[in-house]
Amino acid sequence: MIRIKLTTSLLSGVLIFAQSIAIAAEVNIYSARNEALIKPLLDRFTQQSGTQVNLVTGDADALLKRLEIEGDNSPADLLLTIDVARLQRAQESNLLQPVTSEILINVIPESYRDREGYWFGLSLRSRVIVYAKDRVNPEQLSSYEALAAPEWKGRICVRSSSHVYNQSLVASLIAHDGIEATEQWAKGLVGNFARTPQGGDRDQIKAVAVGQCDLALVNTYYLGGMLHSELDEEKQAADKVALFWPNQDDRGAHINISGAGITRSARNKTEAIKLLEFMTSDAAQVWYAEQNYEYPIRPGIAIGDTMKQWGEFVVDRLNLDQLGQYNAEAVRLMDRAGWK
Amino acid sequence: MPTSVDTAALSSSLNRRIGIHPWALALVFASLTLSLPLIVIAGSFLIPAQDIWQHLLHTVLPEYIVNSLILMLGVGVMTALLGIAPAWLVTMCRFPGSRLLEWALLLPLAVPAYIVAYTYTGILDASGPVQSWLRAITGWSYGEYWFPEIRSMGGAIAMLSFVLYPYVYLISRAAFIGQSICALEVARTLGCGPYKTFFRVALPLARPAIIVGLTLVLMETLADYGTVQYFGIAAFTTGIFRTWFGLGNSAAAAQLSALLMLFIIILIYIEYWSRKQQRYHHTSTRYDALSQEKLKGWSAAIAIIVCGLPVFLGFLIPVGFLIKWALLTYESVVDQQFYILMWNSIALAVCAALMATVLALFMAYGKRHYSNPITNSAVNISGMGYAIPGTVIAVGVMLPFAWLDQTIDHLFRTYFDISTGLLLSGTLIALMFAYMVRFLAVALKTVDAGLTKIKPAMDDAGRSLGMKMITLMRRVHMPMLRGSLLTAILLVFVDVLKELPATLILRPFNFNTLAIKAYEFANEERLADAACPALAIVLIGIIPVIYLSRSISISRPGHEYST
Repeated sequence: MIRIKLTTSLLSGVLIFAQSIAIAAEVNIYSARNEALIKPLLDRFTQQSGTQVNLVTGDADALLKRLEIEGDNSPADLLLTIDVARLQRAQESNLLQPVTSEILINVIPESYRDREGYWFGLSLRSRVIVYAKDRVNPEQLSSYEALAAPEWKGRICVRSSSHVYNQSLVASLIAHDGIEATEQWAKGLVGNFARTPQGGDRDQIKAVAVGQCDLALVNTYYLGGMLHSELDEEKQAADKVALFWPNQDDRGAHINISGAGITRSARNKTEAIKLLEFMTSDAAQVWYAEQNYEYPIRPGIAIGDTMKQWGEFVVDRLNLDQLGQYNAEAVRLMDRAGWK
Repeated sequence: MPTSVDTAALSSSLNRRIGIHPWALALVFASLTLSLPLIVIAGSFLIPAQDIWQHLLHTVLPEYIVNSLILMLGVGVMTALLGIAPAWLVTMCRFPGSRLLEWALLLPLAVPAYIVAYTYTGILDASGPVQSWLRAITGWSYGEYWFPEIRSMGGAIAMLSFVLYPYVYLISRAAFIGQSICALEVARTLGCGPYKTFFRVALPLARPAIIVGLTLVLMETLADYGTVQYFGIAAFTTGIFRTWFGLGNSAAAAQLSALLMLFIIILIYIEYWSRKQQRYHHTSTRYDALSQEKLKGWSAAIAIIVCGLPVFLGFLIPVGFLIKWALLTYESVVDQQFYILMWNSIALAVCAALMATVLALFMAYGKRHYSNPITNSAVNISGMGYAIPGTVIAVGVMLPFAWLDQTIDHLFRTYFDISTGLLLSGTLIALMFAYMVRFLAVALKTVDAGLTKIKPAMDDAGRSLGMKMITLMRRVHMPMLRGSLLTAILLVFVDVLKELPATLILRPFNFNTLAIKAYEFANEERLADAACPALAIVLIGIIPVIYLSRSISISRPGHEYST
């Protein structure tokens, strides 16, 4: 008996000690965004507010699983993802909670946040067409839909359909054109592939530059990263291609967000909201554009020369909910169409 | 031929020992604990996965299976080719550079497969230096010439083989070193040439060891995700993650993983069966020094090529390019934090390596002395984690830990009104546990192989001299096991150093490793930035590799007397 008492008092002593450590303000993040692309911003937040930020990065779905398994005891306060579908998946799995913040509501356009406040967009990422300057006349290009036309046979490169960027793009097509039309389109597109899908987005740009294909579907910031790469061959490849904004005459270019939501188990809700507000501040928004060539979530933020050269563009105003809603359908459709 | 598991001994040991000896009990308990994650995964079949199976069967599942089989076949054949011949040559022959190659052949072990894949793609891709140079000197443009596509099934087989052949090399070399010279001498006096001796005597004698090496290679191949995903190959692991991440169905993904276990059970069975077919103990105790034949001229040149090629392909080329990239990015990537990463990686790898080896020793002994169907299958099951992708293992680890934490939390809330929160989940303890599940097989197979070489007759001799079990282990077994134990420590050390997915998802806050750093850069397609952490992994991995290689050379029984 004495022994048990001793152990329990020892244990509770340890617990009290642990709690006293935890008194300093902190916020815990599970982030699907790479450390290098978020840590500097978090450090700045800590400097400004004195709140310590703790970070674990990983694949979004694995982090979601961890959050789900840890349940009410999960230490995470904030879930950061690089696409909207994962935020919705988290919301559907009852892992997020709605929050209200005047600042967030005011600065983030309505279409880039959840109406009830489950998640908020932090930066914009668009998936576009890049083409070989010397072989393609941009007047031949118009929309995503037109990429299925026979004139592009054997001329298109794109990465695997396992990647969420392609899944979101196809989900947006399903939302606009319906399942049947999109499946027809996907089959046409697969027929136009210059090679089996492989590699990442930068690899597609390199393939266009070298002549393996004439067009590729990529996210814009990869092109930005290559234009400023340490490797000469990447710079040279990026110089050989140009960016085309699809569907400018109708609905606009497909867009996705990187964003975040407060977890249901959050113990540091106030700090987490403050961090979100910080991430939508002018300084932070400029940082996204400067560091990773992503578009600010807020209108009116200054962007660098590289992105200015790509010009203004019309954005697809599709409700982002739909991207998550059609994600699984998009994967099945691509399976059927033979998009590896 | 003396056998350690002959039927009479087995049945008597069954009668005497089944279920009652504490060691056997502890063994079964430990195996069961380590199998928990696998049981959790297999248990996913209880959750209905709706119509997804229908969809998978009709579209992609057959392709996943076929591709995984092709990949395994290719990697199996290629690692055998790259591993066995050099092992034989450096053991039996002397030629210029053979001493150097002896340990250099192990170097690719320190390079993570996906890093090799990224590097080779950078080199051999249409936009890479090789093809650019080709175009520059010939004036051709892309499409006017044929060049092998690196991101293909063939490419994936090559990439995996380049880094996995050292398993076959390492284990078959240990077997060649440990072989009795008598069998070979007899073969020679009976008129066998060197080739015939190799194919008809040495190779069959080393077969059990080679199969152990190949099993490890094939299990690693099955678990690989980084390489196949980057190359766009629809293998079984790609399928698991596509079902989970893309279709958003983690239950079906777990079921696919459980199906993967079937592959593994077949593998383990084949290994078991082939070892059981013939059990080799050398009946001679004569261990003369291996008389190494001096090769000259053409035969030396061929030997250098055969042994040098794997090192060149699996190490020099990728590391050369990593150095080139690292020089470009060194200043921005290597900072104070970088040293913390190095420390974290080393500390994790050392702890896991020691733990796995001790655990393996415990289990291998248990299996040796209390061998019965229950202990044997318990040990076999706990080694299965080696072929399951790390992320899946991680989920299997999280579930029982979370359950335990929540139960403790609930108890404390009820009785003491204190919430203990998560005590073990998200700590290094959970991560260590995952490493054991994932990598115990490596240590276990190595230690087990070493232990099998110790003839039961030696135990009997020791006992008849009045040695107690402990003394026997210390004075007879340990000196003979030294090589195997070091091998086990090294293999787990290097594996954990390279490990990515389980570390990524199970680690505590603000805890990074070199592998995570390298992966995050590579994942963002910033290969030049990934070079520094990748190179650091390789450099840290090399040190024990060299040390190990030396201790294997002197591990041959009778070595002290012969040199």
